Amino acid sequence: MARITLENLKHSYQARPRSDADWALKRLDIEWSDGGAYALLGPSGCGKTTLLNIISGLVRPTEGRVLFDDVDLTDVPTDKRQIAQVFQFPVVYDTMTVYDNLAFPLRNRGVREADVDARVNEIARMLDLQATLRRPAAGLTADGKQKISLGRGLVRSDVNVIMFDEPLTVIDPHLKWQLRSKLKELHQRTARTMIYVTHDQTEALTFADKVVVMHEGAVVQIGSPVELFERPRHTFVGHFIGSPGMNVLPCEVRDRAVLLDGQAITVQNPPAAEIGGARAEIGVRPEFVSFDSNGFPVEIVKVSDAGRYRIVEARHGNSRINLLIADGAVLPSEGARLRFDPAYTRLYADGWLVE
Amino acid sequence: MYAKTENQLAWLYVLPVVLLVAFNAIIPLMAVVNYSVQETFGNNIFFFEGVKWFEQVLHSERFHASLLRQLAFTGIILVIEVPLGVAIALAMPRKGPWVSVCLVLMALPLLIPWNVVGAMWNIFALPDIGMLGRTLNRLGVNYNYTQQPISAWATLIAMDVWHWTSLVVLLAYAGLSAIPEAYYQAAKIDGASAWAVFRYIQLPKMKRVLTIAVLLRFMDSFNIYTEPFVLTGGGPGNATTLLSIDLVKIALGQFDLGPAAAMSLIYFLIILLLSWIFYTVMTRGEEQR
Repeated sequence: MARITLENLKHSYQARPRSDADWALKRLDIEWSDGGAYALLGPSGCGKTTLLNIISGLVRPTEGRVLFDDVDLTDVPTDKRQIAQVFQFPVVYDTMTVYDNLAFPLRNRGVREADVDARVNEIARMLDLQATLRRPAAGLTADGKQKISLGRGLVRSDVNVIMFDEPLTVIDPHLKWQLRSKLKELHQRTARTMIYVTHDQTEALTFADKVVVMHEGAVVQIGSPVELFERPRHTFVGHFIGSPGMNVLPCEVRDRAVLLDGQAITVQNPPAAEIGGARAEIGVRPEFVSFDSNGFPVEIVKVSDAGRYRIVEARHGNSRINLLIADGAVLPSEGARLRFDPAYTRLYADGWLVE
Repeated sequence: MYAKTENQLAWLYVLPVVLLVAFNAIIPLMAVVNYSVQETFGNNIFFFEGVKWFEQVLHSERFHASLLRQLAFTGIILVIEVPLGVAIALAMPRKGPWVSVCLVLMALPLLIPWNVVGAMWNIFALPDIGMLGRTLNRLGVNYNYTQQPISAWATLIAMDVWHWTSLVVLLAYAGLSAIPEAYYQAAKIDGASAWAVFRYIQLPKMKRVLTIAVLLRFMDSFNIYTEPFVLTGGGPGNATTLLSIDLVKIALGQFDLGPAAAMSLIYFLIILLLSWIFYTVMTRGEEQR
C-alpha cells in the first residue's frame, strides 16, 4: 500500500524527440493517494496506456521519476513494484485451472501452499468464482477471464495499486454493468488503490472518486465527477464529458464584458483584466441553458429525442447552441429566447478557464 | 423440381477435381493394390496370389530391419529437430531489422533441391577432401561415412537436421509471434520466471503449430529417400537402408513387383496409423473445452 507520485514525468517513444508532437506524455505531475479510486479518462491515443505502463514499470519514462511512498522506483522492474494490472483483452494461463491461475502469482513468490489455498479461496469468494475453481481457465467466458485477471491482482496482499486498462472492452454490454459494480464493491472492501483507464465517460464517472482527464499527452483536469461536470477547467473536458457536451461558443471580450454576437452574457468568472489576444469562448452545458422570454433571440434548428429528455439545437448568429428540455415540455412556437444560467456559464481563454 | 436440377448441376463443377484426384491418387493406388495380389514373370501375364506377398513382407527379416532403421531415424530427428527448432525460434528477435535477416537465413535450407542437399553433404563430409570429413579426421576423430555405419548415421542425421530444423523454427516462430504482448506483461507482473513463461504461455500457444510441425516432420522423414540415396545409397552395407530405399531396391533393382506393391501398401498404412496416433495424442483434451 503506498501513495504514488509521478514527478516531472515526460515520455517519448522516439530516441530524439524534436517537436512537441513527438512526446507521448508532456510533463505530468500527479499524486495518487493510497486507497483512492481513480479513473484515467481521455480519447484514444492521448497517452493513458503509456502512463499506466510507466507506473507498472513496463515502460521507462524518458524524463522524470516514479515514487511509491517517496521511494524512487523509476528503474525498478515490474515484478519488484508490487503492482497488478488487468489488460484490455483477458489474459489467463490457458493450461491451468482457475485455481492455479489465481495461485500463480503467490506460488511464483514462494508463498506456503497452505497460505496460497486460504488466499485463493478468499478471493474466489469475493469474485464469485468458487464454482469454477477446478475448471480449466480456457473454458470461461470473457467476463470470467477478466475476473481471473483481476483475481491474480487481488490475491497478493502486498499490491500497491491495481490498474485496469479498458478492462470492459470485450465484455457483453449486459455484463459490463455487473462487473463495474463488482469493481466498485471490491474497491470498498479491499481499500486498494485502483486506477481505471477508459475512454468511456460513463465507466469513468461511475467508478472513480477522482477522474484524471487527459488530452494530447497532458492532464487537463483532475477532479471529482461533479467538479468535471460543473466546472470544467478546459473546453476539452466540457466537450468530452457530458452528452451532448458543453456548448463552446466563440465570443468577444470588450471592456471586461463578454459579448456573444453583440449580446452581453453574464458569466460566473468575469475577466479581472483584458485577456489580450487569446481566443475567447463561452462554455455552458446544455443542462444550464433554458428558454426564457427575457433572454436573447434564437432560431430553433432541430429537436431530437433522447429518451427522458429532448435535445434542442438552436442558432444565434453563427453559434449553434444545444439545450435540454424535459420530455413533455412545450417548445415556444415562435420568437424563442434563451438564457444561460450565470452560475454555470464560464469564460475560457485559449481553451483554459479564466481564473 | 427446378431446385433439384440445379443441385445435380453441382456435380459437374466438382468433376475436374474428381478427375484430378482420380488420376494422381486413386488410379495409381489401385494399380499398386492390383500388383500386390498378383505374380508376374513378364510379358504382361499375371497370376492371382491373394495375400501371399503381404505375408511374405510381414515375415521378412529384411523388412523388419528396414522398418526398425526407419523408426530409429525418424525418432532421432524428431527428438533433435523439434526442441532445437523451438529453441532457435525463442532466440530469434521479435522485432527490428534482424527479423527478416533471420527469416531468410532460416528459409534458405528449405529452398535447396533435395538431391542437391544430398550431394552437398556427400562432398562436405568426404573424409579425404570434404571440409567436414577432413577437419574431423585432423581432430583425431576416426570418421568415414562410406565405411562406418555410425559415421554414416551421424552424417545422415546432421544433414536432415540442417535441412529441416528450419521448418520447425518457422512454424514455432509464427506461433510465438501470435502471442499478444499483454501475456508477457501479465507474466512479469505475476513474477513468473523465464521457465514459467515458456511452460505456461509460449508452449501452450505454440501447441497447434507444433502439432503440425511434428506431423510434417514425421511424415516427411518417414518418406525420406532422395538425400540418403545421394549421400550413402543405403550403405555402408545396409546400414542406412531406410524403408523407401529398400522399397526401390525391391521394386526397381530386383523387379519384384508383387512384394514391392505389398510393401508399399504396408508402408502407407504404417504412416497413416502413426500420423493418426500423433494427431490424436497431441490434440487430446481440446474437444473438452
